[in-house]
Amino acid sequence: MARHSEEDAGMAKAPPAARQRKKKPKENKTRTVHANILHDCAKGDENPNRHYANNKIKTTKYTVLSFLPKNLFEQFHRFANVYFVFIALLNFVPVVNAFQPELALAPVVFILSVTAIKDLWEDYRRHRSDKEINHMDCLVYSRAERRYVEKYWKEVRVGDFIRLRCNEILPADVLLLSSSDPDRLCHIETATLDGETNLKQRQVVRSFYDLDCEFDPLKYNSIIECEKPNNDLNRFRGYIIHRSGRRDALYKENLLLRGCTIRNTEEAVGIVIYAGHETKAMLNNNGPRYKRSKLERQMNVDVFWCVIILLVMCLFAAVGHGLWMFQYGDNRPVFDVLSPEGTNLSPIMSAIYLFLTMIIVFQVLIPISLFVSIEIVKICQVYFIHQDMDLYDEETDSHLQCRALNITEDLGQMQYIFSDKTGTLTENKMVFRRCTVAGVEYSHDANARRLAMYQEMDSEEEESMSHGGTLPRRDSVTSHQSARVVLRSQSTKSHRRTGSRAEAKREKDITPDPKLLDKVNDCSSQMDFMRFHSQPMSQLPSDLSDIIDFFIALTICNTVVVSSPNQPRHKVTLTCSGQKHQFGQTSVRSERDCLWTGPSSSLITNRSSNKGCSSLLSSPSAESTLTKLHEEQPSGGLEQAFSPIPPSYDGKTSWNLDEGELRYEAESPDEAALVYAARAYKCSLVGRLPDQVIVELPHLGKLSFELLHTLGFDSTRKRMSVVVRHPLTDQITVYTKGADSVIMDLIKPPDTGRKTLKKIVCRTQHYLNLYAADGLRTLCIAKKILSKEEYACWLQRHLAAETAIQGREELLFESALQLETNLHLLGATGIEDRLQDGVPETIASLRKAGLQIWVLTGDKQETAVNIAYACKLLDPEEELLTLNADSQEACALLLEESLHYIQSTPFLVHRLGLVIDGRTLAYALDKSLEDKFLAVARSCRSVLCCRSTPLQKSMVVKLVRNKLKVMTLAIGDGANDVSMIQVADVGVGISGQEGMQAVMASDFALPRFRYLQKLLLVHGHWCYSRLANMILYFFYKNAMFVALIFWYQFYCGFSGSAMIDQWYLIFFNLMFSAFPQLITGTLDKDVSAETLQQLPQLYVNGQNSEEYKPYMFWMNMIDAFYQSLVCFFIPYFAYADSDVDLFTWGTPITTLALFTILLHLGTETKTWTWMNWMSIAFSIALFFTVALCYNASCPACYSPSNPYWTMQRLLQEPLFYLLCFITPIAALLPRFFYRACQGTLFPSPVQLGRQLDKLPADIRRNILSLSRVKVGSPLCPKLPFLSLAKASPKGYYKKDGRSVSGSKQGPLLQTDEAKRSPLQPTDSDMHLSDLYTPAPSEVDTLPYTKDNPALSGELQTSSAADSEHLNKTIEPSDVNLSSCVTSTPLPAQADSVQLSMPPDGASQCVRYTRNSEERLKSEHAVSSAHRTEPPTERPLQAASFSLN
Amino acid sequence: MVKQESESANRPDNTAFTQQRLPAWQPILSAGIVIPGFVLIGLAFIGIGVALLVTSRSIQVLELDYTGDSNGSPCSSCSQSDIANCKCSLNFTLTTLFQGPVFFYYGLSNYFQNYRRYGASKDDNQLYGDLSSFTSPSSSCSPYNYDSSKKPIVPCGSIANSMFNDTFTLTRTVSGTTNNVTLDGKGIAWWTDYNIKYRNPSVTPLKNAFNGTVKPINWAKPAYELDASDRSNNGFVNQDFLVWMRRAALPNFRKLYRRIDASGDYQKGLPAGNYTIDITYNYPVRAFNGAKKIVFSNVSWMGGSNEFLGIAYLVIGSLCVVMSVVMLIVYAKFKFPDEE
Repeated sequence: MARHSEEDAGMAKAPPAARQRKKKPKENKTRTVHANILHDCAKGDENPNRHYANNKIKTTKYTVLSFLPKNLFEQFHRFANVYFVFIALLNFVPVVNAFQPELALAPVVFILSVTAIKDLWEDYRRHRSDKEINHMDCLVYSRAERRYVEKYWKEVRVGDFIRLRCNEILPADVLLLSSSDPDRLCHIETATLDGETNLKQRQVVRSFYDLDCEFDPLKYNSIIECEKPNNDLNRFRGYIIHRSGRRDALYKENLLLRGCTIRNTEEAVGIVIYAGHETKAMLNNNGPRYKRSKLERQMNVDVFWCVIILLVMCLFAAVGHGLWMFQYGDNRPVFDVLSPEGTNLSPIMSAIYLFLTMIIVFQVLIPISLFVSIEIVKICQVYFIHQDMDLYDEETDSHLQCRALNITEDLGQMQYIFSDKTGTLTENKMVFRRCTVAGVEYSHDANARRLAMYQEMDSEEEESMSHGGTLPRRDSVTSHQSARVVLRSQSTKSHRRTGSRAEAKREKDITPDPKLLDKVNDCSSQMDFMRFHSQPMSQLPSDLSDIIDFFIALTICNTVVVSSPNQPRHKVTLTCSGQKHQFGQTSVRSERDCLWTGPSSSLITNRSSNKGCSSLLSSPSAESTLTKLHEEQPSGGLEQAFSPIPPSYDGKTSWNLDEGELRYEAESPDEAALVYAARAYKCSLVGRLPDQVIVELPHLGKLSFELLHTLGFDSTRKRMSVVVRHPLTDQITVYTKGADSVIMDLIKPPDTGRKTLKKIVCRTQHYLNLYAADGLRTLCIAKKILSKEEYACWLQRHLAAETAIQGREELLFESALQLETNLHLLGATGIEDRLQDGVPETIASLRKAGLQIWVLTGDKQETAVNIAYACKLLDPEEELLTLNADSQEACALLLEESLHYIQSTPFLVHRLGLVIDGRTLAYALDKSLEDKFLAVARSCRSVLCCRSTPLQKSMVVKLVRNKLKVMTLAIGDGANDVSMIQVADVGVGISGQEGMQAVMASDFALPRFRYLQKLLLVHGHWCYSRLANMILYFFYKNAMFVALIFWYQFYCGFSGSAMIDQWYLIFFNLMFSAFPQLITGTLDKDVSAETLQQLPQLYVNGQNSEEYKPYMFWMNMIDAFYQSLVCFFIPYFAYADSDVDLFTWGTPITTLALFTILLHLGTETKTWTWMNWMSIAFSIALFFTVALCYNASCPACYSPSNPYWTMQRLLQEPLFYLLCFITPIAALLPRFFYRACQGTLFPSPVQLGRQLDKLPADIRRNILSLSRVKVGSPLCPKLPFLSLAKASPKGYYKKDGRSVSGSKQGPLLQTDEAKRSPLQPTDSDMHLSDLYTPAPSEVDTLPYTKDNPALSGELQTSSAADSEHLNKTIEPSDVNLSSCVTSTPLPAQADSVQLSMPPDGASQCVRYTRNSEERLKSEHAVSSAHRTEPPTERPLQAASFSLN
Repeated sequence: MVKQESESANRPDNTAFTQQRLPAWQPILSAGIVIPGFVLIGLAFIGIGVALLVTSRSIQVLELDYTGDSNGSPCSSCSQSDIANCKCSLNFTLTTLFQGPVFFYYGLSNYFQNYRRYGASKDDNQLYGDLSSFTSPSSSCSPYNYDSSKKPIVPCGSIANSMFNDTFTLTRTVSGTTNNVTLDGKGIAWWTDYNIKYRNPSVTPLKNAFNGTVKPINWAKPAYELDASDRSNNGFVNQDFLVWMRRAALPNFRKLYRRIDASGDYQKGLPAGNYTIDITYNYPVRAFNGAKKIVFSNVSWMGGSNEFLGIAYLVIGSLCVVMSVVMLIVYAKFKFPDEE
């Protein structure tokens, strides 16, 4: 899976090298790197590498000088900022100004400076970290001093030679030229780059491979030609040209990437290829993504409406003012002010001026602080999500990461979830379960029992964990006996962490099947015997040789690296203790090997004398090998091979070949699982070098396989191969491991005579199907023996392909294809990928929450379906609609049929599950069919897409998102999910086994799948409802405040005069009313976390946007206008016809508005913590403090209002307090009344959830447990809200599926069909034969005759009889693999409708099975129908489904 | 132990705040809270409303319009002509004692002192006694900052220019003899206006400060001669000027003119009898359909006569009670059977 992902990563990524800074003078596709030391004297322009970026990095956006202009420029990209600056500037125009111009600037300056300070701080942090990184040390070769000298990272240039020591971080992308490692390897850890913790091997460039002495930079005189910098971590192509003119290809295996850490290697030397910003790590470093949430989009619409309202109000005032002026005519009143020139302004002109003035006065309506407030609230929400203990995984010490800061509220509005399977729903911890070798199945029952025991312990553990505290952790697992106790304490915690022992134990510990173990022993002892007697190995019985080959293939056909557990970062080398090891490498090669090869002549020396084909054991003459082996034998002995603890002769170095001690670091977990499995059969991988693999076999001891080639795994080939020289037979052997669907096609067609082979293939396929049905991941193992000539021929082509720069991938692919044909099937394995904790529960509750869950997986159909059952994605009560087609037309027909079926049985809609495979999906995603596909998929409760490619995954997500206009969430863990994650509205990455690519692309990264439940149901719900309420409140607040001034215009001749002082007007939003809403927006909880999780139905609230519907904006506006009317007219009448002056009247109105607004917030606040109280108290205190200070500060300032001592006087007036009592109450009375009534009469589910929260804990638990059993059942009328759940139409679970679909719907359906058929003559073309009714169905044009319940019993018997008959007639020679499906009963699988297309696409069948027993029978019926009826007699025959 | 700590370096803080488990009060609008709450608020409001209404009823107000736009009214001749200092008089009779202290207001209606450009048309610094603003008034006064001969106007601006300049004297006719009712013009403006916000320049005599300036166009007398009777009541601290400069909030307003001096016969207020107000009619209001009136009023603890607030309290209070009753019915009908 991992490698699969790696290959796909390229696709998902942005086009490479988009950020390339400098362009070379001549534009070509490569970069040429010369060694700098050759040009040290030639400074400046002469240096051929001068055009390349140096290693100094600068990730800051601004410099001291450029900060202000650049930051302002960026901020003005936000339209709102431009608008507010425009308004502030408008104030400087005397004709239209409304406020003191400087004062009017205050808010916009405040907002801009807050953002600027935030940006500045971020940039400063970047600057500091840049500086730190730039000043790290590394060793660079200096020509002058003829040694490596310490230099800062920033001084490193392209073409420099640098020396790297163990555990050092790479400063730049370096081409590896030399390594202290005897195998010319260098191990690196790429965790910082992709998060993968396993070590990766890097190789010294081939031409420097055989240097005996230390690499001398002075002697280097080659030129490197390579690609331009790009961001693809997994690609590096180029070649090195030596002085001699020889060219050597360079691969990604030669390149050490910046940011990686050198491990296991004492010293390495390399030349810098890419530096600084051109390194792959930096090119991959793109900042967080900006997405706009649904809520924000909706909000922007309403901001737009606010603008319209503003304009209407301004226009109204302008017209009013014009008319007001007009009524006076030429006879100007004494209070009129002439224009500065002393003339009368015409009413029209003054109306136009007034329009602009009004825009300034009413500017508050467009909430300037809204954007800032939303940002603050979102940051707080992100903080809280980060801090949630429940989303923290103790195992990996990781918590949820929010990578996109501005879409938290989208989490509360999801409608569709697209999930990857492997690693997301499952652990991606592979456990070897079963295998088939040479057609014989080894069930590994003991192993299964052991695993079951773990499982049991897990659940026990969880129980005890939930009741009590944590059990003490113990560390070492020494024996199986003590493991039990320790496992109990650890297994629950340690499912994922690679270092976690208990989990590792589960994977590594395989109880071998005794039968198979015997055979292996048998076989190897025979081989040993034969080797001893120099007999050719080909005399071995084929089944035995298959067995041993099978295990050899498991052991070597991979890229697993061996390391010791104590220091997992240190490679286990096959060297003797004589060699100096600075970093405590553990030598695992047994002493006897050393003794036998001689203390100084280790493998390296041997190899260096015999470069290219370096195996010790396969040295040129087989004879000598055998002699050596013979010599070896006495010292080792048979017993030793089996003894659990090998003898250790030296006290200082304890080499334990004990199985528990070797650790395998694999790129994908299934590889490791297979290696561990092989080790259980004593075929253990001991070491891996670039050109050889050392394997220890029982009786035979260590064998070194010369590794000629490794053809890595990729998602198109779906297999990997190794080409080795077999040390015993000296044959060139290809071992291939891959997906069964691919391998089976590559198996050599069995010769006509050899029935056994056919039988083996058939049986293996049979078992493969069984495995798949059990939800196991299947792999086929095959081998092929090449003759020397064949190999030479292939090698030539392959080498040519390897060195090509253009089209290398295609050539390599073809070359691999040539090799991997005519294989000999060895066997197959079944690996279990355990479900993650809590996946079924999570899926169940997410589904209850109204979320549609689609699983998109690359796995094969059977595996996927079974995992889907296991994780409750598919329900046993559900009918399964399986779509398999292999042509566009077939797919169209299938979709048509399914649609008919769905439409004709509307009651079944919610009980359908859809399974579709990748090929059919490709057709279904076609423009012409996508609508139909969606129509079918929509009516299914769950959808499962198998065998889908990463591209298809993203296409499906895109299709659903765009066509259905729904909110989509994609969750995945591997690189193959990246495109899907990027397309979805919210992308969630699982930070698990498969590296960080998914996490890097995601908006949120979770440690485990089950955390999705709390993330969505609790945090999503909260974030959404908080933010929605806050936005609505903002609109309300501003409208309410502005409307006060608007009403006043009727009493001041529409002159733009405001009774609210300019200070209050400007700072009201910014200061007085800002804090409480921020607190409420961050902390308010409408329903407690527990209730939200127990009642997932409450999530529907966010899905339907119930907190913030478009009409709510208008309701809020109306409420705002009503409240402002109250706040305006109560003081108006209270002071009518009195001697009150403008601000003595306006200040109470401001105060009242503040109280009303705060009280309004109070009615909307659901939880009152001390922070809410504090914030409200603070707001009021702040207002009065500011007012009192302001009104006392300067008697002659603040023109034109100058409200000196107003507030002080007001506080002495009883009338002021009387107003303060009545107005907020009167203003909020309707809202309060509405809330109270609505909460009682028709409470929303959320309100009921709150009521539930208030109940005592035990009663609540009772109600909830009740509700879980009977969701929506009429038996619990007390909880009407439970029936609001979408997905649970009443009575479905109560009735037998048959009685619904069969007896009731049947006749109705038939009449429907009958009516329809004449209208649609095409129907008759589409004969659908029913499997339950063999003969009559052909006459019957009705597709679903199984609806006739009377027939069904009889039919069952007949089909049963058929199947019996069939069992007898099956011949082993029958290669029709589908007929082998006489599988074990599927776990609780019941109804299934299977629509499938035979390969020719000419005919089709609808299979409809009722329950598990029938299903089994019907499967036979498929085959029987197929076989017994001659195809010619059935123009449209029922074809068997073929899944493979 | 160290290892343990470093292992869980990312572990979030388990505090009530970070885990969003702060203790909180979660009010739910249930019958138990809402109905008693509404009843309580309602009753309290009704109580306050009754008290306010009773207080308001006890306040006596006498309003006399003297605009003179109808022919029968005594000042109609003055309102028609543009003669300066046109005199007219109003008679009224009090049948009962007008409880003191009695305030004497003049009222204007349809007069937009809250007009935006009018409100800005003043120079606060000038009024604060800043001599530099005397010679160069702020541009906010424009076009009332300089006269046609470019001399600065002091006090500048439209507000000052439009100052109300009708004057009134009140006489009481007791058994044929007419005697003046003493009107107290002190302390009718805000204390802070008189003492802090408005200041005369500290030049003696005050007249000198105004050298080189002209009086506002509409004014008959310069600012330093506003009150001939009281030297200290001149310039910017003239009480009538201060009252005028405090702009009214609404287009129909009254401004305090004088208080009835509570001495002699008038200790308890205005006794019953026949009164005459002699008006010097200067201020034109008919151009903008305005009206002028004279108002006598006494005050209570809650200010002037205003029945509205009392009624509002009564209405809102009874609304609360009605709502609680409605809710009680609703609860009784829909909720209680279920809750059993």
